[in-house]
Amino acid sequence: MKKSRSPVPRARLNERRSNRYYVLCVLPLYIFTVLFVAGPLLYVLVLSFLKRADVWGVLNQFTLQNYADIAQPVYLKTFLSSLKLALVTTLLTVLIGYPFGYFMARLSAKWKKIMTLLLMLPFWVSSLIRLYGWIIIFRANGILDKILMGLGITDAPLKLLYSYPAVVVGMIYALVPFMIFSVYSSAEKLDWSLVEAARDLGAGPFTAFRTISLKLTMPGLLSGVILTFIPSMGLFFIADILGGNTVVLVGNVIQEQLMKAHNWPFAAALSVVLMILTSLMIYLYRKITKVKDLEGLV
Amino acid sequence: MKRRIKPSRIYMGLLVLLIYLPILVVIVYSFNESRINSIWAGFTFQWYAELFKDKSILEALRNTLILATLSSLAAAVIGTLGAIGISKARLYSKGIVEYVSTLPIMIPEIILGIALLLLFSLLRLPFGMVTLLIAHTSFCIPYIYILVKARLVGMDRSLPEAARDLGASQLRVLLDITFPLVSPAIVSGMLLAFAMSIDDVIISIFVTGVNTNTLPIKIYTQLKTGVTPKINALCTLMFVAATLISLLSFHIGKKPDKIKKIKEDET
Repeated sequence: MKKSRSPVPRARLNERRSNRYYVLCVLPLYIFTVLFVAGPLLYVLVLSFLKRADVWGVLNQFTLQNYADIAQPVYLKTFLSSLKLALVTTLLTVLIGYPFGYFMARLSAKWKKIMTLLLMLPFWVSSLIRLYGWIIIFRANGILDKILMGLGITDAPLKLLYSYPAVVVGMIYALVPFMIFSVYSSAEKLDWSLVEAARDLGAGPFTAFRTISLKLTMPGLLSGVILTFIPSMGLFFIADILGGNTVVLVGNVIQEQLMKAHNWPFAAALSVVLMILTSLMIYLYRKITKVKDLEGLV
Repeated sequence: MKRRIKPSRIYMGLLVLLIYLPILVVIVYSFNESRINSIWAGFTFQWYAELFKDKSILEALRNTLILATLSSLAAAVIGTLGAIGISKARLYSKGIVEYVSTLPIMIPEIILGIALLLLFSLLRLPFGMVTLLIAHTSFCIPYIYILVKARLVGMDRSLPEAARDLGASQLRVLLDITFPLVSPAIVSGMLLAFAMSIDDVIISIFVTGVNTNTLPIKIYTQLKTGVTPKINALCTLMFVAATLISLLSFHIGKKPDKIKKIKEDET
């Protein structure tokens, strides 16, 4: 910028005035964010260091007991099994969603639109109802059992509902569209002539994919991983509905501590740990990809 | 090459089929005469008729729609102004405001849910539509903010400058140049926010009151006690409505594909 030394720098005066104007634009966001995002999150942090009152509420006494409680084997196990489920879900979602997003980027413009529409439409049906559809399919003597038994593949009901696999299916089902869209948005920008060039230079299809396509779609893949991993740490209702009591996740424990046990400080401490875990993931993601914004949906 | 179907097409077809499978099941069972979902007792419209007599479901539906409309509107105003302001203003805390305001969709929903629940009980706000509205607005803002911001970054800066040079006031520039240019992003953000709001279970469960139901909360409680086929009927109707609207916008030529839009905005 050129600095003007004239007595009244009108441009700068204008600029300052318009800056005030823009600051005014940010104000609602600023206030809302402080009041209803930063505020509550800080409150949770504070609460996690306070003592629980005997009957109801919180005492204003500092304690680290809540965090010490999390170190108990029961809760550590819950964190571990949540992590495990999140990892299994994310891995399977990658395996299922990546090829889809990749192939989708190779469709004609018309089919890309149709496919996007097809993938978006289910979002307008309540995700709970879609889970309910899976319940009907999975339940003992439900649709799946009838088909399998009719075909003679199995001869007794599989009892899939309220099992670990059912929860995994529910999780993948809820999260796979995010993976697909992330990969797709990356793959769509891919310069396919690079792949062709690699093939022309003698690379096999696998080598060409590994060295060119996979590398260039990595940002999409990784943002897909984040978009599936983080929610899967907190989707307690899927474990609740499809898993019965067989699968207990951090989300379930937090909900229980808060709504049933009314142990607010402990629920807060659990949330803080969960948040640290997920922030760590985002941090690692940014370190690896050097990307600031997630690709695809958000 | 052309004659045989590529395996990739088969894969995509199968996956789409699987994605629609539970929805199809729900639709089929909405016409089932039996109350129990594992038995097919015959075709009926009975549940649709009963649906329109069920006051509590209709009220939950009304609450859900009101909530989604208001929160996506509020988020559109706050998020758009915020994105415009942040991209232009010289502020010290810009980065942190941006980071914190997009946090609601970066952390597991349950955390925001309990944080808001605890805050609302600290403030002694009565739980109900107001608390739901605040909570939904807070997770709707990021969708609009991110989309509008991306659009602004990709925008031709010379346009507003030219308008300024030609003597337009700051407000005129905002209304005549910036808003029309970012409006597609606002619309896609609002659609996305709307969809997220009508489907939200986790945050709603924490911040709702005893007497306020939204559709997802209602369905959630029913899933634990027993789902009435009326819910199947309602979801079928909603799916049909969404399909019709999408097809309509598809044909009009407006882009219904919100996510593709985001992607375009990012480039």
